[in-house]
Amino acid sequence: MSLLTPQRPADGAHTDSAATMVPDQSRAERTSSFDVSAFPVPAGREEEWRFTPVDRLGRFFRDEATGACLDWSQDLPAGVTLTTMPVQEWRDLGVPQPQDRAAVVAAEHSGGVAVVDVPADTELSEPVRIRLSGAPEQLVHGHLLVRVGRFSRATVVLEHSGVADYSEMLTVLAGDGSDVTLVSVQEWDDRSHHLAQHDVVVGRDASARHIAVTLGGGVVRLNTNTSYTGPGGSFEGLGVYFADAGQHLEHRLFVDHEAPHCRSNVEYKGALQGDTARTVWVGDVLIRASAEGTDTYELNRNLILTDGARADSVPNLEIETGEIEGAGHASATGRFDDEQLFYLMARGIPEDEARRLVVRGFFASVVARIGVPEVQEHLMEAIERELSAGVA
Amino acid sequence: MSTLEIKDLHVTVDTDQGTKEILRGVTLTIESGQTHAIMGPNGSGKSTLAYSIAGHPKYTITSGTVTLDGEDVLAMKVDERARAGLFLAMQYPVEVPGVTVSNFLRTAKTAVTGEAPKLRTWVKDVKEAMGNLRMDPVFAERNVNEGFSGGEKKRHEILQMELLQPKIAILDETDSGLDVDALRVVSEGVNRAKETTGAGVLLITHYTRILRYIKPDFVHVFVDGRIAEEGGSELADRLEAEGYDRFLTTPAEA
Repeated sequence: MSLLTPQRPADGAHTDSAATMVPDQSRAERTSSFDVSAFPVPAGREEEWRFTPVDRLGRFFRDEATGACLDWSQDLPAGVTLTTMPVQEWRDLGVPQPQDRAAVVAAEHSGGVAVVDVPADTELSEPVRIRLSGAPEQLVHGHLLVRVGRFSRATVVLEHSGVADYSEMLTVLAGDGSDVTLVSVQEWDDRSHHLAQHDVVVGRDASARHIAVTLGGGVVRLNTNTSYTGPGGSFEGLGVYFADAGQHLEHRLFVDHEAPHCRSNVEYKGALQGDTARTVWVGDVLIRASAEGTDTYELNRNLILTDGARADSVPNLEIETGEIEGAGHASATGRFDDEQLFYLMARGIPEDEARRLVVRGFFASVVARIGVPEVQEHLMEAIERELSAGVA
Repeated sequence: MSTLEIKDLHVTVDTDQGTKEILRGVTLTIESGQTHAIMGPNGSGKSTLAYSIAGHPKYTITSGTVTLDGEDVLAMKVDERARAGLFLAMQYPVEVPGVTVSNFLRTAKTAVTGEAPKLRTWVKDVKEAMGNLRMDPVFAERNVNEGFSGGEKKRHEILQMELLQPKIAILDETDSGLDVDALRVVSEGVNRAKETTGAGVLLITHYTRILRYIKPDFVHVFVDGRIAEEGGSELADRLEAEGYDRFLTTPAEA
């Protein structure tokens, strides 16, 4: 081997992909379909898969049913029903279509859709809670629909734990004038893999919030897509993640502004600790020509606590009309701030406690906005545990 | 009764141009109840002295000693120095997003005294100290130094000095960026803390105006990393009149 011409396997691959791939001109051109054959099995070089360790996820792309299920338990407040629906009926609702291979396979082979219905004009005082836990032997295709009727107010909390390979398709339909909060908590065992597409459809004058809390899992990839059925809709996407060594935690958001006078605000914060800890955040916003009066903002912050961790952060903003209220994004990834540490320690606070204060403070602004007290408390405790595990 | 003893302190800092010696042999003793003013032109190493004593990792001590009541300060970690009774009011206090002033003060007080302060008296003490410094009560729920004005940051530093009750406090250019009213309020705070705790104070300043409110027992003129002249408060008056020019000889003249 010559020292002058080092051969790296990646060189060949890169040349290939550059020659054969034509990047999308717009986020709107990305394939969406109910048909599995519309999505080839990803090789890892595709725009939507390029950060994901697809070599660890082969089972998720296989076009076959497994019939496996996660263990379910749920708390349903009065008035809320949990039923099932054939997949065809779900499609006929005009729901957003799957946007990648894993999602289309999940939708095709789920065997039926679990439907949580909150009737119209209902105000839930307690959240709907659904606890899903592992079924380690087989890949599980999960399919959920959360329907909140017009002028209702509801919070739905999905909690994931245990060991599983879980491919999820979730649709949230927020009826006109409704106020919906969906919280998805990923506290999987590190042997777990979880790919998900969450679609949030915001009704006219509705207010929808999607909150992702991802603390555990070997690979977790959560794609959250938002669309609006009429003017006046508002979407808030909040996320908190904490990656340890060996974890790949990926969050992708796509807010598709087509209706006029809608708002969206996305804020994700993540911490990384440990060698090979990996996070990916991609925030796409498309403001179509018809979406006049749009107001949108996206923010991602990453705090790298130790060497060897890597955070990717990719905000994308496409604007097809000048008649908007506002559009912006911000992204920053930084190491732990030693000046903050010095300031706190100079007041007598020991180093480990000072670190905890800073990290808690980093997450505080987004955690405080979750607005579901038990989720907030649980999350702060979990962050505390992650930190003390890192120190030990 | 406490004594902070600095002996022949040499300090370097790593810069892009290589290692640079900032302090070239500083010797200084501060006792409880005394107020020492360190005055000097920009770049003379005043702040380096302050941060070196507090233990900032940017500075390397190459020789010399610093002891507090005989204990080796340089062997202590930053937090241990604070718990031993040293306090540094910083020229540029650092923002700590998401940590409220009240949480920060309580955590620091607990760390310094080794036990959580009694809730009722603590809340009263904080309120009173803030009132004395003309700080709005809502201040307690703001995040540490985040969005504070220059004056608010300095009041917040002196608030900590009053509440943490150090044995020796080093005030690094606490007067810079303050208007006359704020300077008076902050100075009163320092004097109050001195009176109630008998702390020794090392006051680092470029200007003499803060010395109208805080009377120094000793004045040290700092030039080029060492003390060039020492005296009583009359030295400050002379500096006020003459400036630092007579200390700033160019190398050619020297």
